[in-house]
Amino acid sequence: MIPTPTLTLKALRAPRPRIGSRTFVVAVLVLATMTLAALFAPFVAPYPPDALDFSAVNAGPSAAHWLGTDGLGRDLLSRLVYGARTALLGPLLVVIGSTIIGMLLGLLAGWRGGWYDAVLGRVFDVLFAFPSLLLAILAVALFGKGLIAPVIAMSIAYAPFVARLTRALVKAERTRPYVAAYRVAGFGGAFIALRRVLPNVMPIVGAQSTLNFGYVLAELAGLSFLGLGVQPPTPDWGAMINEAQAGIVGGHFLPAIVPAVAVVIVVVAVNIIGEELSDRIGGADLP
Amino acid sequence: MALDSSTVAVAAQRAAAAGPGGGGRFSAAGVRRVAGKLGGLLLTLFLASLLVFFSRFLVPGDPVTFLLRGRKPSPEAIAQVTAQFGLDLPPWQQYLNWVAGALHGDFGRSLQYRQDVATVVGERLPVTLMLVVMSGLLIAIVGLTAGIVAALNKGRALDRVTLVGLTVLSAIPSFVGSIVLISVFAVQSGWFPTFGTGEGFGDTVYHLVLPSIALAIVFVVLVGKVTRSSMVEQLGREHVEVATSRGLKRGTVIRRHVFRNALGPILTVSGVLVAGLLVASTIVEAAFGLAGIGSLLVQSVDRLDFPVVQAIVMLVVTAFVVVNAIIDILEPVIDPRSAAGAAAR
Repeated sequence: MIPTPTLTLKALRAPRPRIGSRTFVVAVLVLATMTLAALFAPFVAPYPPDALDFSAVNAGPSAAHWLGTDGLGRDLLSRLVYGARTALLGPLLVVIGSTIIGMLLGLLAGWRGGWYDAVLGRVFDVLFAFPSLLLAILAVALFGKGLIAPVIAMSIAYAPFVARLTRALVKAERTRPYVAAYRVAGFGGAFIALRRVLPNVMPIVGAQSTLNFGYVLAELAGLSFLGLGVQPPTPDWGAMINEAQAGIVGGHFLPAIVPAVAVVIVVVAVNIIGEELSDRIGGADLP
Repeated sequence: MALDSSTVAVAAQRAAAAGPGGGGRFSAAGVRRVAGKLGGLLLTLFLASLLVFFSRFLVPGDPVTFLLRGRKPSPEAIAQVTAQFGLDLPPWQQYLNWVAGALHGDFGRSLQYRQDVATVVGERLPVTLMLVVMSGLLIAIVGLTAGIVAALNKGRALDRVTLVGLTVLSAIPSFVGSIVLISVFAVQSGWFPTFGTGEGFGDTVYHLVLPSIALAIVFVVLVGKVTRSSMVEQLGREHVEVATSRGLKRGTVIRRHVFRNALGPILTVSGVLVAGLLVASTIVEAAFGLAGIGSLLVQSVDRLDFPVVQAIVMLVVTAFVVVNAIIDILEPVIDPRSAAGAAAR
């Protein structure tokens, strides 16, 4: 068999222009703009997020308010910009958290095998039975509303997906000649697993994890929409839709539609980026 | 709970009676397989119930304080909560009492309604089930059609259009779908009601049209994509070519040779669907003001009614595990090859 290059090498070689790279660039630009806007919200937003303008309540787009105002006369563009902070931070933490937990547990199950594998497999099976949103709702019921409890719960809920993938990759990697070579050279199992095997599977796992970002964003926004996530007056996209719900019946669609469109745009952008990354790194032909 | 396990037993009997060959033979391997699946089901349910029950112990501090958050801790209330949860008993005994009650459909008393949890949940269950069933039908019809149409036109314009359509839909979370549908088809055009479930069967169906569409969106994508890739895989198989070259009609080939073989993955996905629909219905029910168990769950979290939260979480998880076990067990009936493969292992 011809030795295949390590996964890291594959990833490094990949970033060449490809078909569909234009949508990828657009998606990266969209996400970068959103991230910068969120980071520099005080400079980007035309108004403070909770500034009331009583002369323009439920107003349409105008020179003063580009996206119009909500039922309290707050500028929608400003709230959107500030809301991007919690909208992006939550999923980012969940993706990082679930990747760390899942990768370590997957490594343990795939590397050690045997009892570790059997027990962890059973634990993952149980966690698969808890949809992430349900686990997040349970966490809120226990620890109270806000961003922290749902983020921890979702990190746990998404970890089994990461772990299952890591486990499969590690099992395949374990039989590769380089692992045997390190063993013969007298290196310990922990060293090989953590310093040699883990870095090799990390790119694929990381790329697959970015695909979770969009789902998590939608679910966390959904949780705020239910009134269980980020609490007003903190501007948050889901909470904005929740607050704007009463206005919809009165025909004031904009305060609800604006944050909804923002959610959809970010989810689309993140999914395009995630799929392109997995394609480049070779995640598409995974088990 | 009792009802669920008997459903499984019936399904198991049927699957066992059908046997791995699907020819009505009773085989030891089939029975062993079903028994193994049932064992796995019970173990998963047991572990899930541990998680749901003991999650309360993760909250630091006094359980009475936790359970009576936001309520007046009067001596009577404290006494009632202590008695209801058996807080003076050791934890494992509290758990056994809870499970024993749950198996009889007794989940204790709701703190906000001063009624049995089972009664409160039971009143709300029909709306959610109706919503899930309507949504499931929509998903089956639209998802399967989209997937089949795309697969049969693979690489052509119709395939691309369907794929783009599915990709766009996949980015629409149910709360976004809900508010868009309410805005366009309820408020602006006035074709559908914005709120509530209405009176009588016909009116309820009418009230649930928009909610079931909002709920179906994400899952249509899932079923559509799986159907397409599964069909495409089967269409490329040799046996399909053989069937075609034998002069069978295209419709027959697709129905008997392609679709039947493509059903496996589609069925597996539908198992995931059930829990997904039940959970996503929290959002849709909140958006459309429906009195189902989803909105009850949210309301109970909001009003710190933990017994109801516990019961609904356990109900959803049980539904997920049981449905998946049934699908697992029924798979050889639909696809005899999977049983043959399992027996050979």
